[in-house]
Amino acid sequence: MAKVLVFIDNPGDALKKSSLELLTLARSLGETVVALNGDLNSGVSDEFAEYGVTAVYRPSSQDLDNYLVAPKAAYLAAAVEAAGAGTVLLDNSPEGKEIAARLGIRLGAGVITDVVGVDADGTAHKSVLAGSYTTASRVTTPVAVLTVKANNVTPEPAASPSTPDAVTVEVPGDSIATAARITDRQQKTATGRPDLTDARIVVAGGRGLDGDFGPVEQLADALGAAVGASRAATDAGWISHDAQVGQTGKTVSPQLYISAGISGAIQQKAGMQTAKVIVAVNKDAESPVFEIADFGIIGDLFDVLPQATEEIKKRKG
Amino acid sequence: MKIIVLVKHVPDAQFDRHLNGEGYTTDRDESILSELDEYALEAGLQLAEARGGSKAGNQVIALSMGPAGAVNAVKKSLQMGATEGFHLTDDALAGSDAAATSLALAAAIRHIGTGAPVDLVLTGMASTDGETSLVPAQLAERLGLPQVTFASSLELDGGRLTARRDADTYSETVEASLPAVVSVTDQINEPRYPNFKGIIAAKRKSITTLSLADVGVDPSQVGRAGSWTTVTSAEERPPRTAGTIITDEGDAGIKLVDFLAAQKLL
Ligand SMILES: Cc1cc2nc3c(=O)[nH]c(=O)nc-3n(C[C@H](O)[C@H](O)[C@H](O)COP(=O)(O)OP(=O)(O)OC[C@H]3O[C@@H](n4cnc5c(N)ncnc54)[C@H](O)[C@@H]3O)c2cc1C
Repeated sequence: MAKVLVFIDNPGDALKKSSLELLTLARSLGETVVALNGDLNSGVSDEFAEYGVTAVYRPSSQDLDNYLVAPKAAYLAAAVEAAGAGTVLLDNSPEGKEIAARLGIRLGAGVITDVVGVDADGTAHKSVLAGSYTTASRVTTPVAVLTVKANNVTPEPAASPSTPDAVTVEVPGDSIATAARITDRQQKTATGRPDLTDARIVVAGGRGLDGDFGPVEQLADALGAAVGASRAATDAGWISHDAQVGQTGKTVSPQLYISAGISGAIQQKAGMQTAKVIVAVNKDAESPVFEIADFGIIGDLFDVLPQATEEIKKRKG
Repeated sequence: MKIIVLVKHVPDAQFDRHLNGEGYTTDRDESILSELDEYALEAGLQLAEARGGSKAGNQVIALSMGPAGAVNAVKKSLQMGATEGFHLTDDALAGSDAAATSLALAAAIRHIGTGAPVDLVLTGMASTDGETSLVPAQLAERLGLPQVTFASSLELDGGRLTARRDADTYSETVEASLPAVVSVTDQINEPRYPNFKGIIAAKRKSITTLSLADVGVDPSQVGRAGSWTTVTSAEERPPRTAGTIITDEGDAGIKLVDFLAAQKLL
């Protein structure tokens, strides 16, 4: 059976949902093996067995995290060769895409990013031009490298658990010599809210908030949602840049996107127009966001959002 | 210093964009210099200016690959202040995926670097049409250079560059030695507009047209033939249409919750 190699980077104590999704997708395409970077804790080891992973590859070097992606890509290329894998799956984070990029050149393998689904024959589905087209594409080389967006597969353990083999892979030295080195890393404080890219619901605020993200945050918390923002709001420093949704921010595809005090410029729409349901609250009836909203409210967000938050709390009792 | 800035001619996102013809390539009417490449160009110009500009021998070279019209991206770059332009164009390039594009660009960069080697290759964080962000990293791999992607600040000190990068849960400082490939985000600077003087000066700057033969690439290595991925079908999504729009009469928050409940989103 064809082997599918899943790259998992520093899982910590338990696999992220997106990693479980990759393992589930991998099983539908062939025999699943994992290339791991970082520690292998017992919880993760159990999950690999539950998800039917037959081998876990690990790098000979422990310090791949001190460099930008080049050594990780070189390690992964060696793991793909050692495993004889025909498909490589990575997450669709900026780093995942970069590793995929370099890996593709190392292996002479085609790379498809932003994948939302893969058929058994390897056909990959994605959406392009800011969500205006859906395409099917294929890799024409012996090895295929795919980066897969989160939330498109339901994680499911294998019918019967496996006992994965452990294999060590040598990291090529030249890849470290020419890599950029990370000299400092500052952790940001966690908000405790869901991750924006995979959240089921996103409440986003723009310039209309006038510096006060309170109404957006309170509605988000009542809905268990992530908080997003327009570039005008992040540029003004009202909220951190990683909340930005749009062309140069994050692309989100939630079940529900609530846009408050955002005009709906093309670069903002580019990041959210594949949301299932779009709700817009804006004072200005002429705002372009109303052209794509399933439910639009012409009104002041400082009235509408708090009222909705209270009502949700009341109904949820 | 010799800085190459990659500039792409892309369909203007303000208009409807279409995929057409064999291979589902983008329709390139109404194309412009990719907005995201302007940040890379500005970064290159600032680095050159800080070192005494072109008088002190600093070159900022704009390089574009694409059909005839792509030369406009080079022209706009010259108007903004690039010192010289190159346009890699060849019918065989049509339909190149990221891997084939990086192969052709790597060859062009090596060609431009004959004689005086290139110190820095700058790119935008992504093209605004393909949006894969693959090319900078693939270029670095092909050229055997360090890559620094998504730089939100960039400093050079002799042969070392230092950049800041922001991710979701952390921000980091990275260091690399030159030569290197660097992609920059839209946080790095505020690109200048070409002024009248710049537009006039650009008319006297040279633009060299390069063919695949000039840069030593066999046509079979690029274009659809040389690509490692192929699009097998493309379907236009029906455009989103406006739904119900109401005006707040004091109870819109409650109506919003009614709507969410009806959609089973609570
Ligand atoms: C290269 C490039 C990349 C970009 N990338 C992005 C991107 O990734 N994401 C992004 O968002 N933008 C991006 N932009 C910027 C984008 O073009 C817009 O400038 C930006 O989205 C505007 O943000 P906004 O809607 O919050 O502000 P505005 O356009 O100023 O709109 C504010 C809205 O709030 C409404 N409002 C004001 N007060 C209230 C109130 N009390 N109640 C209700 N409504 C109110 C107003 O009617 C108005 O419609 C990019 C631009 C460029 C050039």
